[in-house]
Amino acid sequence: MSAPSVHGAGPTEAPPAPALPPVAHIAVLSMALVIAGGIYMGSHLPAKASLGVPIGLLVASGVLVLVNVAQLARLREFSWSTFRLVGKWALVAYLVITGLLEYVFVLDGTRGSALVVLTVSLAIFAVDVPVLLAFSVARYQPVEQRR
Amino acid sequence: MTEVISSARPAGAPGPGGEGAAMGGQAVAAPLLQIVPLAGIPLVVAALVGLVVALAVNDLWPLEFFHVVGGGLWTGIDLFLGFIIGPVLGRMSIPARVEFSKRFMPKMVLLMPTLVIITLTGGWQLARHVGNLASSSPNHAWIIASFVVVGVMAIVALGILEPANLAVLFELRKPVPNGALIGKLMKRFIYTAGVTGAMQVATLMIMTHLAAS
Repeated sequence: MSAPSVHGAGPTEAPPAPALPPVAHIAVLSMALVIAGGIYMGSHLPAKASLGVPIGLLVASGVLVLVNVAQLARLREFSWSTFRLVGKWALVAYLVITGLLEYVFVLDGTRGSALVVLTVSLAIFAVDVPVLLAFSVARYQPVEQRR
Repeated sequence: MTEVISSARPAGAPGPGGEGAAMGGQAVAAPLLQIVPLAGIPLVVAALVGLVVALAVNDLWPLEFFHVVGGGLWTGIDLFLGFIIGPVLGRMSIPARVEFSKRFMPKMVLLMPTLVIITLTGGWQLARHVGNLASSSPNHAWIIASFVVVGVMAIVALGILEPANLAVLFELRKPVPNGALIGKLMKRFIYTAGVTGAMQVATLMIMTHLAAS
């Protein structure tokens, strides 16, 4: 998808990069891992697939989510109100999206451990994207002190 | 949602006469920029309800309808924006680009995720309905290839483009938007246009092969 360029709407110099942890990069990596696991699972459904690879990817992705939570918890000077605002509504949107995907898997008769792996993968996806969107917006907003 | 879409400026940002006005006196009353257009939400809900009905009914025609219409629009809009609208806008004046972006980008916030979820869920169920998901199907490898293509597009769209899109929209709500920051964020669209274009062309090849076989 492309979009128009709007250079020059204000000051001409790029702002100095704020010293923030790589939350967005880690969220993208975590998302890529669950997508890879989803592709692996999807390539085997509706037959039973070996769950070793997707579980491995899922665990790695989950660890990255925890790393992100820890990084965010240590942030003091950040636009938390913007983070919460964007994160909240993005979470609602991605819960609807992942809910639809879960519905399709259940409708197709996916059950047992395969369904558990898919459900946890979708849950991680539904957290990763809102964190990524919220962080990416909030990092450029006026800083607030955490209360 | 109202909080997201109807606030004229971000929390903590100065209003007219505040810090923005102090920056050279160029600040003007920020027009109401909707990040998520409320008027489009009923259409999105209607489309999603229709999708759920199509999935539940599980007949060939509604599944084909949602997958083909959603996928056609997704691919067409992506390619049209990347290779037609983008270069045209790049040659327009800066105020014109800003005005266009303010009106255009919020619509994309609603439109593209809706098209993507309709296309993917409809396509999955369609593939299952016609037997292409089965590993014994001669089309199975093409289906796997489509998963990979969609996976790459998802990472590019959700990991790179959508965050930039939202960050630009929030920047445009400020009394004095930072042009350099917006320019830096918008470069992501230029850098990824080739990848997105290649993936969309691959999608067209895969899907027309599946339809013809």
